[in-house]
Amino acid sequence: MASNGIRDRVAIVGMGCTPFGEHWDKSADDLLIEAAVETYRSAGVEPDAIDAYWLGTMGSGWSGMALSEPLKIQYKPVTHVENFCATGSEALRNACYSVASGAYDLVMAIGVEKLKDSGFSGLVVSGVADDGTSSTMTAPAMFSLLAPAYCKKYGLDQETMKDVLARIAYKNHLNGAKNPKAQFRKEVSIEAIKASPKVAGMLGIMDCSGVSDGAAAAIICRAEDAHRYTDHPIFVKALSCIVGPAEGYKRQEYDFTTFPEVVANGKDAYQQAGVADPRSEISMAEVHDCFTPTELVLMEDLGFSARGEAWKDVLAGRFELGGPQPINPDGGLKSFGHPIGASGLRMMYEMWLQLRGEAGARQIKNPRLGLTHNLGGQPGRCVSFAAIVGS
Amino acid sequence: MAGIVSYGTYIPYSRITRAALGSGRGERAVAGYDEDSISLAVEAAREAVAGAPAIDTLLFASTSPPYAEKLGAATIHAACNLPEGVSSLDLAGSTRAGLGALLAGADLAAAGRTALVCSSDVVVGAPEGPRERAGGDAAAAFVLGDGESSIAKLIGRASLTDEILDVWRTPAMPFARQWEDRFGADALLPLMRGAATEAIRAAGLQAADVTTMITDGTNARAVAALPRALGLKPEQVGDDLAASVGRAGAAHAGLLLARALDRAVPGDRIAVVVGADGADAAVFEVTQRIAQARPRHSVEAWIESKRNDLDATTYRKWRGVLPFEPPRRPDPDRPAAPPMRRSERWKYGFVGSRCTACETANLPPQRVCVACGAVDQMREEPYADATCRVVTFTLDHLAYTLQPPVVAAVLDFDKGGRIQCELTDVDPRAVAIGNEMEMSFRYLYTAGGVHNYFWKARPRR
Repeated sequence: MASNGIRDRVAIVGMGCTPFGEHWDKSADDLLIEAAVETYRSAGVEPDAIDAYWLGTMGSGWSGMALSEPLKIQYKPVTHVENFCATGSEALRNACYSVASGAYDLVMAIGVEKLKDSGFSGLVVSGVADDGTSSTMTAPAMFSLLAPAYCKKYGLDQETMKDVLARIAYKNHLNGAKNPKAQFRKEVSIEAIKASPKVAGMLGIMDCSGVSDGAAAAIICRAEDAHRYTDHPIFVKALSCIVGPAEGYKRQEYDFTTFPEVVANGKDAYQQAGVADPRSEISMAEVHDCFTPTELVLMEDLGFSARGEAWKDVLAGRFELGGPQPINPDGGLKSFGHPIGASGLRMMYEMWLQLRGEAGARQIKNPRLGLTHNLGGQPGRCVSFAAIVGS
Repeated sequence: MAGIVSYGTYIPYSRITRAALGSGRGERAVAGYDEDSISLAVEAAREAVAGAPAIDTLLFASTSPPYAEKLGAATIHAACNLPEGVSSLDLAGSTRAGLGALLAGADLAAAGRTALVCSSDVVVGAPEGPRERAGGDAAAAFVLGDGESSIAKLIGRASLTDEILDVWRTPAMPFARQWEDRFGADALLPLMRGAATEAIRAAGLQAADVTTMITDGTNARAVAALPRALGLKPEQVGDDLAASVGRAGAAHAGLLLARALDRAVPGDRIAVVVGADGADAAVFEVTQRIAQARPRHSVEAWIESKRNDLDATTYRKWRGVLPFEPPRRPDPDRPAAPPMRRSERWKYGFVGSRCTACETANLPPQRVCVACGAVDQMREEPYADATCRVVTFTLDHLAYTLQPPVVAAVLDFDKGGRIQCELTDVDPRAVAIGNEMEMSFRYLYTAGGVHNYFWKARPRR
């Protein structure tokens, strides 16, 4: 693997995250201001102290001015980052590298998305002018392709698969119910999940992540400076971004039961962080559960489950909050919601809380290493991000 | 002497019973929500040009052209991968355009050209009116060339023109109107009889020598009365397909002629008469070559391949007659002209690429090979007639479509290559991994007044 990594060279010393949800009364600007102010306070710094900014948003604004104007940033570098649903993670990754390079001392990564002003169901991406031959599938349809392929490859019947997927949604809602900032803070019964209206393929509305508005941010400094800002910094062990050639829709070898980008992502991140056995060494993870089958397949791609075995681990409760390897302790995209540009930083916010012992009712005992995994695109054609952090 | 060298037809998969449309017996053919007169014509033309000599002229006749201004023939030309040096022309405005185009094609063939003549119509009538019930949607295509290489020689013809207000529609009117049909019948019947008699005489024949008489026109009374007026016996009169297809406007005479050719034996004489603002008539003599030149689908085969459970609301929604609540999704974007031109061979012709370095198929055409990374070493490879199989699929209840749910599938071609596209003419409940599919030319949507044509996969018909 060609990435050298920046293990333990930078630290996150402050984080903030707005509640995610349908913020009819707030604009993208409002959300950015709230997340930024909370993050300045968290690190105990004034805005003047920040040397540079990375703004992640997929469609809620353009250029660095989408951040500099609402925050009144005084003539500093502000970079707009976009990488589909991994946008927030990309803001974080590039911000971390800027500090590791020595270019800046203190930087902010911030992500935002304002989805609920469009009036449309689900996610809307404005396309570039094209020849009109590209796919018209919606996001749930793209990800629903995983379910029948997985069933066929591993011999699962439709009913068992329904149980597995419902169990994933159930878990994430149960976790979200314990999270004051989550979009959906209610337990949802397995029966209600299974009976939810059809959206695409086997997926009902309760298999889909919440469409919401929100923002999250982090302040990053060199590791040796971290204790100037907080007694409990978290340290970046690995940052991995993998973008594939989108061959899943071109090559007959691809079978829709895996994300090759995520497999490469895991290898890269574990090598950077010195993780030999992710199933036992990663204490907890926030993964990109945009749709329930995604979380299932990610467990295998990230090495938390053996190939073809994740569905058994799901049914055995391995990934529940009290289980041996909690996944999406904050509720995940499923119940915390998925404002695109903010999600990657929201995942990191949960690691921040958990590693500092501040996760309240969701607190995991003595977590050592946490992983965030963020995906953009679709099975066979995606960008993927993974980070590993520890205290 | 000119003649028909090859032919093809197309009847869309869906039918609606006349009972579902209010009253009447039988059913009519219905173009899918993703079909129009151009896409129907393409399907017929694909069958006609398979194995035909090089085309240098293309005529497209329809009373329902998708564009009031823009050459429909150019789209057919691109979808059939015809060479650049083709003379193309659209004919419209009358049900006579179909047979008229065929005769014009014969004139061009007599002058040494090889003409692909497509007639196609999507006939829309006002809800619960006779046009809605009696109409049908279909296409026919003929290649006209040298008589010596033809399957049916044009041995006689006649035309008459007379100004008669029978059926009319201004560009602003959604549906055609008809004058009291007894007037039209009285005015048109003598003209049709006159043209038919003259064409038969020009062929050196008597009415009794005609094997099959095909009659069509705007006025059903005149059409029904003509055989008796010519003194024909019932066995000389071809089925008008009213019960199974409906009257397919400008395409109807061609469809009936193709059906006669499907059944013809060498020596048969087939006469075709169309009445509207006068009349055209043609007499063909079937040659020994007929057995070698039949298209992949006969008219009967198309008729038998169908679903006929369409309801009136869905049908009227498909035709844009009935407004409906769209999904809460953004309207599709208008496709852009420069990218469409750049990808013309793919978008219209469904021509993919194969790497000459490693022989891997790359769809859509790529410059860098997805398998070996070789740059700019692709050769073109046609895929329009390739068969493929479902790898995985989904029913998308959220996507924008006139017929929810969108059935989207990933498909592997038997000869290599993979695409993701919509399935059409398919029962969502019957789709399974491994199902065999073939490609069909459709339009995906219309946005900003631009019809966005591309290919979909359908179960083999």
